[in-house]
Amino acid sequence: MALELIKDKWTNNINEVMLGADKPIKVGGENTLPFLFQEGDMPNRPVVAMEVWDMEPPDWPAHLKAALGDAVKSPVEWAKKAISEFGADLIVLRLQSANPETGNASADKVAETLKSVLAAIDVPLIVIGCGDDQKDNDIMPKCCQAAKGKNCLFGLATEDNYKTLTVSCMADGHSIIAESPIDINIAKQVNILITDMGFDAKRIVMHPTTASLGYGMEYVYSIMERARLAALNGDKMLAMPFILFVGQEVWRVKEAKEEEPGWGDVAKRGHLWEMTTAINMLQAGADILVMRHPQAFKDTKKAIERLMKK
Amino acid sequence: MLIIGELINGMYQNVAKAIKEQDKAIIQKLAKDQTEAGANMLDVNTGPASATPVETMKWLVETIQEAVDTPLAIDSTKADVIEIGLKTAKSRALINSTSADDEKLDRLLGLAKQYNAQIIGLTMDKKGVPRDRATRSELALKIVSKCMESGVNLEDLYIDPIVLPVNVAQNQGIEVLEAIREFQLLCDPPPKTVVGLSNVSQGTQQRPLINRIFMVMAIANGLSGAILDPLDKDLVDAAVTAELILNKHIYCDSFLTAYRK
Repeated sequence: MALELIKDKWTNNINEVMLGADKPIKVGGENTLPFLFQEGDMPNRPVVAMEVWDMEPPDWPAHLKAALGDAVKSPVEWAKKAISEFGADLIVLRLQSANPETGNASADKVAETLKSVLAAIDVPLIVIGCGDDQKDNDIMPKCCQAAKGKNCLFGLATEDNYKTLTVSCMADGHSIIAESPIDINIAKQVNILITDMGFDAKRIVMHPTTASLGYGMEYVYSIMERARLAALNGDKMLAMPFILFVGQEVWRVKEAKEEEPGWGDVAKRGHLWEMTTAINMLQAGADILVMRHPQAFKDTKKAIERLMKK
Repeated sequence: MLIIGELINGMYQNVAKAIKEQDKAIIQKLAKDQTEAGANMLDVNTGPASATPVETMKWLVETIQEAVDTPLAIDSTKADVIEIGLKTAKSRALINSTSADDEKLDRLLGLAKQYNAQIIGLTMDKKGVPRDRATRSELALKIVSKCMESGVNLEDLYIDPIVLPVNVAQNQGIEVLEAIREFQLLCDPPPKTVVGLSNVSQGTQQRPLINRIFMVMAIANGLSGAILDPLDKDLVDAAVTAELILNKHIYCDSFLTAYRK
């Protein structure tokens, strides 16, 4: 007797979020677990964003910087190269220079950089603060304003710090990233807090926190899977697309960064580590992947093409 | 859980008056208030006062639909009143209700099929409401098999074991609660269940408390829906919390708000 696969039927779908203005793209919208085309549809393929910093990253490993070349010295050149050479679907601009420990650049200064990047690209832009709550609340209102009309995605809103960013995004027509510390209860809570301020739930993208291969990736996977199952069963406060900062996590671990006898060529190991993490996150339900190494980037995009074949 | 708001019923004086004077505002406010309070369906019943229930049902459904998109439970003992409600409803409706009598089942399951509606089956027949869980299950099984014969999807069937007032039929509480549990063994997937909750407290002096406690007990036994007063905030909160304890919703600090989003 032929084996008959059990198919699940879901009542709801993940929200579809439109990003960008010149060449807008849609993310989310799926009504099935990832790539189960027998059960449902993924109207929008997962997309890959390249992470660009507004300053040369001080502690990235040499083999990662070498793969990116001189472009890392200029955010505009870096973003342009990411699109023309590596085929980035979106750009992530991290405003690291504003962090009090890495330059403490002013709100005006980072808003200028943001404008020049926006002027140089036509793909949607994701903007991430410097990681210092107080400073981010100082720079983000100006940055949101500077990007008005460009329908960007701004982050990161957390349970303890979401009001300033929510108000700014609402005022200037941007979408928002809601972050939680690998905790499904807090993920839902942040979404509720943001929507309680009058923000449209359909303009939220969730960051469930990312973990690298070998560093708790499975836990992130299980949280994402549980959120997806709840969302597909009708929980509107978990029905947001996922963004995963794969590069940021992978390029912190020694397996990607360091020479080690018996571990093989680090230059190759690094991008393979990033790609492997990325592909696992796709299977967990990632809608936007944020990555750093051009080779990992290209390989992941190829994998998406293969996974999307019905 | 399916929360069916019970307040648009001609048996209530404000609704009877609104029907008589064709006052849309009263009906539309009830529709909006119940929806905002967490009702995911609204019961519509013309009540005993209307001399022309078919016209009244049509007017009520149209009036409600001008104000909200919430799906409707078309509540009547008369098939032609139900049919006009189904015909007028824009979104998929619920027939409230059929008994387990053959004649009634044939007619109403036919309407369910014709209008792609869901249906409530009451475990009662010409002999009246059963007094024990076994007879309730027997009648439930009859409704289930009739459903299957007539091609109505079992997922669209709600069985109502019929709740009786605790002050006049005190021994029936446990029978209903156990019947809800037993219904789940009747077929796979099990039929859904619904109760007309407020009946349990009819004539008592502690209505909200009795409604609330009975509902939580029924949810623990597997209840999937209730016709109730959604403006009773404590009642809806209790339902949401009971389902949270049963791991049907994902916890977050604002879980009560989350349910109403």
